[in-house]
Amino acid sequence: MRTAASVPVTAWIGFVVIAIYLFAAIFAPLLAPYGEAELVGRPFQPWGDEFRLGTDQLGRDLLSRLIYGARNTIGIAALTTMLSFFIGVSLGLLAVVRGGLFDHILSRASDVLMSIPQLIFALLLLSAFGATAVNLILILAIIDSTRVFRLARATAISVVAMDYYEAARIRGEGVVWMMRREILPNILPPLIAEVGLRFCFVFLAISGLSFLGVGIQPPTADWGSMVRESATLISYGNIMPLLPAAAIAILTIAVNFVADWFLNQTSGLRDAK
Amino acid sequence: MRNSLIFSVARLIAVRLIFGCLALFLVSMLIFMAIELLPGDFAEAVLGRSATPETVDALRRQMGLDQPAIVRYFSWIGGAIQGDFGVSMSGFGSDTRQVADMIGPRLFNTVFLAIMAAICAVPVALSMGVLTALWRNSVFDRVASVATLIAISLPEFFVAYLLSYFIISKDMFAQSQMGLLLPDFVSQGFGWLLQLVPSFPTLAIIDDAPFWEQVWRLSLPAITLTLVSVAHMMRMTRAVLISLLSSPYIEMARLKGLSPMRVILHHALRNAWAPIATVVAFNLAYLIAGVVVVEVVFVYPGIGQLMVDAVKTRDIPVVQACALIFAAAYIVLNLIADLVAIISNPRLLYPR
Repeated sequence: MRTAASVPVTAWIGFVVIAIYLFAAIFAPLLAPYGEAELVGRPFQPWGDEFRLGTDQLGRDLLSRLIYGARNTIGIAALTTMLSFFIGVSLGLLAVVRGGLFDHILSRASDVLMSIPQLIFALLLLSAFGATAVNLILILAIIDSTRVFRLARATAISVVAMDYYEAARIRGEGVVWMMRREILPNILPPLIAEVGLRFCFVFLAISGLSFLGVGIQPPTADWGSMVRESATLISYGNIMPLLPAAAIAILTIAVNFVADWFLNQTSGLRDAK
Repeated sequence: MRNSLIFSVARLIAVRLIFGCLALFLVSMLIFMAIELLPGDFAEAVLGRSATPETVDALRRQMGLDQPAIVRYFSWIGGAIQGDFGVSMSGFGSDTRQVADMIGPRLFNTVFLAIMAAICAVPVALSMGVLTALWRNSVFDRVASVATLIAISLPEFFVAYLLSYFIISKDMFAQSQMGLLLPDFVSQGFGWLLQLVPSFPTLAIIDDAPFWEQVWRLSLPAITLTLVSVAHMMRMTRAVLISLLSSPYIEMARLKGLSPMRVILHHALRNAWAPIATVVAFNLAYLIAGVVVVEVVFVYPGIGQLMVDAVKTRDIPVVQACALIFAAAYIVLNLIADLVAIISNPRLLYPR
């Protein structure tokens, strides 16, 4: 029985922080004093009543861009994670249900994809396909889905050995039914715990690529590119580049806190590794 | 008897090496195919819609796109093995630049930085990992667990800029923007602590300076890389040791009345070398990716920065060469970990 008191402090902090971020992301147009790409003042105005956190190198309000950044960066990362799970879980379950050569080919293919460092692979594909937001989402989702595939396959294999699975197979259920109704409900806890970890990875990867200038492109407000645009200010002792970077860091910490707690609850597969 | 032992180990190692080569081959093919996957013609895509047919033809010939892919792959990989990665697309007309010449000195810089970071990170991570496993569930372990969880979550550029900021504003931290935001006693205390920190250079310039001068200039990038990789390594070392510590022979050693330190160092660690080698290799590979961002932050002329610039200008030969080097380093590191695992495990010497 899980009660509120048994949840550790770190997980509570995580939940609260995530809630604040989601609130900012959903109600961005209401919260932000100015528009996302609106030029409202002179460049590099200091903090004050008019511009709470000053303005950036083009004269856009930094606070507004930070708030809109929550919407863009989290939205893209969440979309990528969902896509990655969709690809990874469906292929993983299909591999287990089908088995044989199909399973073998998919497993070896994911092994090969996993033997290239992810950031390097993403850079390579982005240079081939061009750096746009859609390409970024697709490329990261495919690269990341290899990890999800592994986990889904590894957990599903134990389900396939169960009697109820055999019973469903003898009943003559179709492949989709086997995947959705027999396997998926039984491997859901480890998968949900993995969602948090994969989100953190995707979120950091997108921010990193945007920081390098090959991710989300301007004028979209995005935390990674905001750090890059204001990076030179750090040599003058200005903390402007640190604000979006801290926004990334705090959300990742919060998600990791929650995911860590959830992993300890469900435990099992990952601990054994 | 002894000969057959050596033979069986040699066979295991040979199998690993063959698999490593196979992985390298497949990965190189994948990297090469990245431009084949692009719908349409690569030369047209790069030059844009306004290019004349002549320039498209010229680029196509320069890249060898008029030949079948399989021929191009083997001439590319054949050259790469001999250290020739073809011609960069950044040159114009007769002013061509060899990719190998661009990569050579930068590869040395990157390896230098990565080795420096590894020398700092590995001993710290392993010893901290052992300590947290030893004092499991103590206050120290709990604090370390939360701290490493936080460290894992930090993007490399955040750590890098935060450190730069501290160094830049260290002499007057209490009056700096961040110092003014924090409560007075915190910023004053922290400012006093910062005074004790040497003023590391915040840009990693490379020239003919003597060795220790170079090391000094690289200290900040190396510290950043250490901070981001120690946490992962520590957590994995701890997990490996804890699963080992729950095995019966450790229980036995403990019940004999051995000291916890002796149990860890003499009994647990022997069997832990293989998984620890895997952990270290995995994290050094992680460090390879981290190097890219850190090089960009500190404007350090390594291949990570070269690759990012090449991606922006879509200089495909350079991107492919860099990707191949990074992937090869990753595969070789994992191969070494496998070999260490084989050599350190006497059970593998006796075939069942």
